Amino acid sequence: MEKFFRRNFAGYAFLAPWLIGFFLLAIGPILASLWLSFTKYNIVRPPQWIGLDNYFYMFELDDRFKKALQVTFTFVVISVPAKLIFALGVAMALDKGIRAIGWYRALFYLPSILGGSIAVAILWRQLFNYDGVVNSALRLVGLDGPYWLADPKYSLWTLIVLAVWQFGSPMLIFLAGLRAIPTELYEAAEIDAAGPVRKFFAITVPLLAPVIFFNLVLQMIEAFKSFSGAFIISGGSGAPLDSLLFFTVYLYEEAFSYLRMGYASALAWVLLLIIAAFTAIAFWTSKYWVHYENERG
Amino acid sequence: MTDTAISTTALTAKQYREARTRRAKRAGLLKHVFLILTSLIMIYPLIWMVSASFKPDNQIFGSLSLWPATFDWDNYGQGWTALSVSFTRFFLNSTLVTVLSVIGNVISCSFAAYAFARLEFTGKNMWFALMMMTLMVPYHVVLIPQYLLFLNLGWVNTYLPLIVPKFLAGEAFFIFLMIQFFRQLPRELDEAAMIDGCSPFKIYWAIIMPLSLPAMATAAIFSFIWTWEDFLGPLVYLNKVEDYTVPLALRMFLSQDGASQYGPMFAMSILSILPIFLFFLIFQRLIIRGIAMSGLK
Repeated sequence: MEKFFRRNFAGYAFLAPWLIGFFLLAIGPILASLWLSFTKYNIVRPPQWIGLDNYFYMFELDDRFKKALQVTFTFVVISVPAKLIFALGVAMALDKGIRAIGWYRALFYLPSILGGSIAVAILWRQLFNYDGVVNSALRLVGLDGPYWLADPKYSLWTLIVLAVWQFGSPMLIFLAGLRAIPTELYEAAEIDAAGPVRKFFAITVPLLAPVIFFNLVLQMIEAFKSFSGAFIISGGSGAPLDSLLFFTVYLYEEAFSYLRMGYASALAWVLLLIIAAFTAIAFWTSKYWVHYENERG
Repeated sequence: MTDTAISTTALTAKQYREARTRRAKRAGLLKHVFLILTSLIMIYPLIWMVSASFKPDNQIFGSLSLWPATFDWDNYGQGWTALSVSFTRFFLNSTLVTVLSVIGNVISCSFAAYAFARLEFTGKNMWFALMMMTLMVPYHVVLIPQYLLFLNLGWVNTYLPLIVPKFLAGEAFFIFLMIQFFRQLPRELDEAAMIDGCSPFKIYWAIIMPLSLPAMATAAIFSFIWTWEDFLGPLVYLNKVEDYTVPLALRMFLSQDGASQYGPMFAMSILSILPIFLFFLIFQRLIIRGIAMSGLK
């Protein structure tokens, strides 16, 4: 017994802060929000058990929930691939002894490090204003830009552009991945007269697949979680006409504007399940397109 | 005859090589054109914001120019005191929260990482798997129960909900980053120290800590940037204007109906991202390596 204690003491002592945090701030809250999602709770009166009513309401009657899902899915499905393709394109242009690579890398990464700030969200509102920078630039080439922010047809695009603008981190990860591909493979392919497209699909993509997969999962989770940009640009409400009603914005509004803590907890659990499902799907399909070097033997 | 054959081959090889360098040069030029254009577009909005912070309001809208007709420092003076509480207070608040968060993150995450990377204890693999799973959980899912917990503790409208979790190793990304780094340190160091009678605490303090300063610095830098930019946490927990952090204060420019506040708003936006920008300039290498190593955003 004493031996057992002595063997484990140091490990658990160092792990203690994390363990406390894990129970009080992670797993505890996750389970608590599951329980709360079966209740009606507005903080003033104690939670009242209502079974699955929150979920019935959500899926059968709540049009804003459906709208929030639609907006979030559209955002994820368009912004994540666009960001990854852009990041890969730039990383490929940057790879292999190009001059001034440090400068480019820093410039391209700068938007990512500032992009989560409220300052940039405020800037974005101004850029896409009707008499903002984007429309002024369009006017130079004789185009009359729309009301980007006020027209629900266009508003989501401003956030997609904001997301793609922050392509720095997947780009850096792609760069590291491209470095690991042996140059001899490309040389051999050139001797066999393979063109750039062929080389890209026959060498770059398969060898980079683990890195593409890693970036895909990471950016997908990130996109589902994104909040401050949509919150600031839509003025906190998902306006215009709920076209910027990101799932996270809707959840915040239900919880902290209307104090519907039970219903908001149900929304939170749906979000958790959606993210888990998407990640699981990504892992499941990865069997067919991601092969790791060491597995091939 | 053999002579001619050899010289023809030599010639074609030479031609082949020349053609290849020509092609590489042309491709290199194209790449530079692409990279320069892209980086100009990426960086343009940021420079535009800097210039807008010096422009009088009537020059901000509809203008693409990056050079203000007159440099107007007034925006900074006006912005600093434009809200009901001065920005001196907001910057002090942000600094307090950020400094304490960085300290908490570095200490608690390096403790956990040391336990996972270097110590043996029962249940280690299970805890490790759970820790990795928390990477996926969006903050919105734990937000409501955490809020209710802190509300019951009487911590709402204090900085405790923003700081205490950082001392409990809440950001698993940093644990992961440090584990990656600790694993690279030779184990012989620990073993030698152990034979000399060092306790695990002594080993952490005298060997692991000093040798992993780059990893600690990387975690500290990211922790600084994320806390400084954090919007959702302060939005939920701080309701009194004098307690606001800088991002919350910036948002007040939007909710006020001051149509003539654009210049001051951009001036304060610039000041709000200035610390991050400086950190980026100074610690660029650490930041970029940190991302390539662990996929931090």
